[in-house]
Amino acid sequence: MAQFQINAGFMPLFDSAVLVVAREIGFAEREGIDLRLSRETSWANIRDRIAIGHFDVAHMLGPMPLACNLGLTPLASDTIVPFSLGLGGNCVTVSNAVWDGMAAHGALADLDPTRSGAALGRLIRARAAAGESPLRFAVTHPHSGHNYELRYWLAGCGIGPSREVEIVIVPPPIMADALAAGRIDGYCVGEPWNSVSVVGGTGHIVTVKAAIWRASPEKVLGVRKSWARDHPEALSALLRALHHAARWCQDPKNHAELTDLMSKPAFLGQPAEIQMRALTGRLDVGGGEMRQVQDFFLPFDKAANFPWKSHALWFYTQMVRWGDVRYSPANTSIALDCYRPDLYRAALKPLGVALPGANAKVEGALTTATPVGSAGASLVLGPDGFFDGRIFDPDMLDVYIEAQATGLQADA
Amino acid sequence: MSPAPLKILVIDENRIRSAIIEAGLREAGYDQVTIVHDVGGIARRIAEIEPDVIVIDLENPNRDMLENMFQLSRAVKRPIAMFVDRSDTASIEAAVDAGVSAYIIDGLRKERVKPILQMAISRFNAFSRMARELEEARGELEGRKLIDRAKGILMKSRGLGEEDAYALLRKTAMNQNRKLADVAQSLVTAAELLGPGGM
Repeated sequence: MAQFQINAGFMPLFDSAVLVVAREIGFAEREGIDLRLSRETSWANIRDRIAIGHFDVAHMLGPMPLACNLGLTPLASDTIVPFSLGLGGNCVTVSNAVWDGMAAHGALADLDPTRSGAALGRLIRARAAAGESPLRFAVTHPHSGHNYELRYWLAGCGIGPSREVEIVIVPPPIMADALAAGRIDGYCVGEPWNSVSVVGGTGHIVTVKAAIWRASPEKVLGVRKSWARDHPEALSALLRALHHAARWCQDPKNHAELTDLMSKPAFLGQPAEIQMRALTGRLDVGGGEMRQVQDFFLPFDKAANFPWKSHALWFYTQMVRWGDVRYSPANTSIALDCYRPDLYRAALKPLGVALPGANAKVEGALTTATPVGSAGASLVLGPDGFFDGRIFDPDMLDVYIEAQATGLQADA
Repeated sequence: MSPAPLKILVIDENRIRSAIIEAGLREAGYDQVTIVHDVGGIARRIAEIEPDVIVIDLENPNRDMLENMFQLSRAVKRPIAMFVDRSDTASIEAAVDAGVSAYIIDGLRKERVKPILQMAISRFNAFSRMARELEEARGELEGRKLIDRAKGILMKSRGLGEEDAYALLRKTAMNQNRKLADVAQSLVTAAELLGPGGM
């Protein structure tokens, strides 16, 4: 008889793997948890069902708990993030027609965000001059890493995300079909939904999240704040189970078993081969051109599960940048309290897990892999840079927010 | 002067369920009801219909897209927000349990929407009940066919009369604490595997 019963919602995406493995490989059971997983069809359902108590915890988009706490979504409950479910994992994919146009303007199949962004900018201006309609890009949700990194990349290449392209919302499993049908011209989504278009011969991968912002946050474990307060032991047990599950997911010797498990219809329901691309970082970017991406998706390494406050604050700066929320001391304080490294530390310290010395870091400061010692165990962080070389110092929000509101980066 | 009648849009991929909801709404006196099964081109439809209330099933994978569109699309002249009456958590829970959600146009009085949501909840629940009963009935029919086949096998192989064959099946089920249909299934499978001309 399990000591704790925990109800968790997840979306059929590859980065739900840590939750799925915690249950299916037995890490939850070993911690005395009966972890009940419910597969959902939309982030809105996850938000609603965590709010009314159907779920205690859920697989969530990194900015989603912030959006809940900042009052940007209906029916939202106070949600905290004590654990991150991985770093990276997304790509930007465009239709063959757009890729041909970009290639004619200098893009190469090298996943370089600067070069491809410049080519996309030239293509967009050529289309505008010819009186053609703006390109339409899709992301999975307005409050998602996908939306903010796509916008960051476009704006950083001098393209106005709200002015020069149209950005719409499309659910991940439908992206490839929408691209093939010509309803959208490109999209930013997690794997395997980029490779699905490549395999179908209808899309080309332009760049990857790991190139736009290396080692950047993606999905997190969202926890209803009141549940966490009332069930501290169950939460600690869950974080230990997820820690072991994440380490298992990172280990190459488990990758065959992992992709087999995720290929079941109850979880991701996509062939093992196509999932392997996210795990190895070896991508077919289109037409059989193979590229190896370092740190494409990290479920465990580089402190991938640590809920950095600097990650939450960066999302907050992007919410301010694109007009989702006002920059105010009250909102900053909400953003600062959402990610909870203290809970991560409390649960994992007894295991002797290597823990970072700080709760926030200067994003983009590490240009090489850097060992950071703590608690006697070894931990390697970085490189973690943004493609445009900019630095995000969470202690200097004013400066960062002001800089992105001026010059070429301004939009809307 | 009574307020203008509400225009209701129901977005549901399930044709039977949406027909049941439409019938319920019409019976309750709402005669401006539009049903949409496919969200393709939904922005244009909303611009044409200008609904006051939108009812959506929670299984719809396009819910995130629809919510975003309600807030931003130029096609939507007035903002549409999710119907949430914080003082009434019971009906929010009932709606999510039933698998339905409602969105309303900015400025619409909550009391005017509540009966529509209640109607949708009860019809969604009635549909689930009906689907479950149909599934059970289908299972029952399958079971009865299996029992008939098992009886036939026993009659032939053991030279029993129909009543005795049935009694033997029932006794076996009782002794093994299994369902009659399960025992019949085992017998039929065994006969197919082992019998003459078995597969």
